[in-house]
Amino acid sequence: MSSVVDGIGAGIPGSRDTRRSDAPSSYLTDGMSIGSWLATHDHKRIAILYAITITAFFFIGGAAATLIRLELATPAGDLVRAETYNKLFTMHGVIMVWFFLIPSIPATLGNFLVPLMIGARDLAFPRLNLTSFYLYVGGAVFTLAAMIAGGVDTGWTFYAPFSTLFSNTHVLYVLAGVFVVGFSSILTGLNIIVTVHKMRAPGMTWFRLPLFVWAQYATSAILVLATPVLAMTLVLLTVERVFGIGIFDPALGGDPLLFQHLFWFYSHPAVYIMVLPAMGVVSELVANGARNPVFGYKTMAFAIIAIAVIGFLVWGHHMFVSGQSMYAGIVFSFMSFLVAIPSAVKVFNWTATLWHGRIVYTAPMLYALGFVGLFTIGGMTGLFLAALALDVHLTDTYFVIAHFHYIMVGGTVSAYLGGVHFWWPKITGRLYSDRWARFAAVLLFVGFNFTFFPQYLLGIAGMPRRYHEYPPEFQTLNVLSSAGALVLALGYLLPLLYLGWSLFRGPRAPANPWHATGLEWQTTSPPPTHNFASTPVVTAPPYAYVPMRDVVDAREGTQ
Amino acid sequence: MTPACASLRAADHGPALRVAEQFEEASQQRAAATLGMWIFLATEVMFFGALFFAYSIARYQFPAAFAAASRHTNIVLGTTNTAVLLTSSLFMALAVKCAEEDLRRATVTLLAITGLLGLAFMGIKLTEYALDYRDHLVPAVNFAFDPAYARGALVFFGLYFLTTGLHLVHLSVGIALVALFAWRVARRRPNALADQVDIVGLYWHFVDIVWIFLYPCLYLVSRT
Repeated sequence: MSSVVDGIGAGIPGSRDTRRSDAPSSYLTDGMSIGSWLATHDHKRIAILYAITITAFFFIGGAAATLIRLELATPAGDLVRAETYNKLFTMHGVIMVWFFLIPSIPATLGNFLVPLMIGARDLAFPRLNLTSFYLYVGGAVFTLAAMIAGGVDTGWTFYAPFSTLFSNTHVLYVLAGVFVVGFSSILTGLNIIVTVHKMRAPGMTWFRLPLFVWAQYATSAILVLATPVLAMTLVLLTVERVFGIGIFDPALGGDPLLFQHLFWFYSHPAVYIMVLPAMGVVSELVANGARNPVFGYKTMAFAIIAIAVIGFLVWGHHMFVSGQSMYAGIVFSFMSFLVAIPSAVKVFNWTATLWHGRIVYTAPMLYALGFVGLFTIGGMTGLFLAALALDVHLTDTYFVIAHFHYIMVGGTVSAYLGGVHFWWPKITGRLYSDRWARFAAVLLFVGFNFTFFPQYLLGIAGMPRRYHEYPPEFQTLNVLSSAGALVLALGYLLPLLYLGWSLFRGPRAPANPWHATGLEWQTTSPPPTHNFASTPVVTAPPYAYVPMRDVVDAREGTQ
Repeated sequence: MTPACASLRAADHGPALRVAEQFEEASQQRAAATLGMWIFLATEVMFFGALFFAYSIARYQFPAAFAAASRHTNIVLGTTNTAVLLTSSLFMALAVKCAEEDLRRATVTLLAITGLLGLAFMGIKLTEYALDYRDHLVPAVNFAFDPAYARGALVFFGLYFLTTGLHLVHLSVGIALVALFAWRVARRRPNALADQVDIVGLYWHFVDIVWIFLYPCLYLVSRT
């Protein structure tokens, strides 16, 4: 590996030597007060602030999901009232989409790893990065206030005119919360784009970037271009709700389809904001787990860009039954099929990366393989929904719920957890129990499939989404789903325990426990505040894995 | 301009701009800041873009009402304001040039004029709002219109206040930035700040461009 990186920082005019004798050994020990964390400009510490906050939101959103599954264990609406049920699924959706999934990988792993992977000391705008975190917190406060004040019942989609005229719940608080958190996304995206363009170490050309960085870059472009449209849509909703100006409400002369177009212009690309970073994580994990270079690196990079671009042109497939023009529907259907091509290219290339590899079934690799399988199922069922005629039958059924949970939970959350396990030694400087981690990964995979596969069958059988009661013939599958959710919940809670334990009792991690390539593994674990002792120089493409005969097993922290 | 500027050339030099620790050198910092502003402006284009899209749809729904409503906007004040804002952009461009040339007093003066023209725009716009109030054109507060067109006119004036209001918010940020940089340039070497003045200039021109689209949409189209 020493041929990949060669420290010459001292030779570059204007570069500052970070190897002061009194410098703390890692970013974790560079200031121990609460203030040194809450006012930090270090991208690694900000990533951890995000990680803690989104984990809290994940479990709040998960609690709402637990109540939903409990209610649906029996056909009768006996646990909560219909209104409460509406508030529960709205809360689940709003929190999971905007306060967990969208910031999940970009703001935590992306924030932490992008500068390390490109050999930079920090993001281009560290103060903006901190601002972005506090905007996220501000949006979170608004949203939690709405939840505490009594909740919102519009669904996470805020369809007008229900959200502007009929709903008597605290819609404005939630709109404000999502509006503010949108600016947090925009600023994170801006920061990452500028960082990737301007902060790469000498020799780090575009086609030497790890695919994780490519994915963060494409995601950031979507964040920057799509989120403002959502922000304006929410402003227009507010104007209609408060001042009665008919923009969306047909009774006032507005156009409800306009709302759907504007909303999905953001919210469909938002699906790619959630899944592209996951694809980036999985590319790193699969290459390391198979000890092979990623198959077709360039096609992988171009596929990421293609998904990001085409992803902007498919939003109308959420509106096939809304009354939009049939010809528009045909075009949107075609574009939706088109976006499946680069997605399939990625799945085939991950599979080809495994070929002739020396596969090690570590916990991160299990999460990554789980991602590939679940993403494939989620993606294939997406094609059912992209087909005009079939979609008429499946719209607003549990088939749709199952489809997007396969992408967002089976895909993104698996990849996020895989990434957290993979980079945990780098982030914390500690090793965890790989045996427990593998157990949790399997539990999650099994629990996930038990929870969501029955929902495909329920959807095909015609069970509609968003109702708190259902005919008795759907009960068997619903019980299966609720039981699976219990297993899934265990799969999510377990990492809290053994990762938490490793923080205090885990063995110290070496700089590169996985024998991985990539600049982030060339520095110490955990890295120093300015990441590298001297600016690295890159001379080789990424994933320079040689199929090694004697791979040292990183399991259980053995060295 | 140049000879006059030359006599104002800064005599003493303040401290040069510090390179933030994440950057290797000043040119990298400069390039990053400029790209950052361009990307920010791209988000702003999408932000206002959604609003112009909503305007287009509403106009298509209510062509006659929009025509009637646009005749009630104050074309004299609107046109004056267009001239004021375009002139401010001229002074902004000159300030950027003078900052590059290290002309301290000229830069400060030009930035001050830019900011004052921005304030003049705000004053005129607020006067216009007061007149709109007098003429019962403020939705939800004081609104009365020919019943044949009332529904569409309400949407028109709702969008009018939303778009011009958001534009004013952006303009006030611009005025604050211009004032801040006038003050900073007065205390430092202008060319150490030239790149930042340039970036403020980008923002200022963007706010100007938004108005260039708003003015015909709100005041001119179908006004006969």
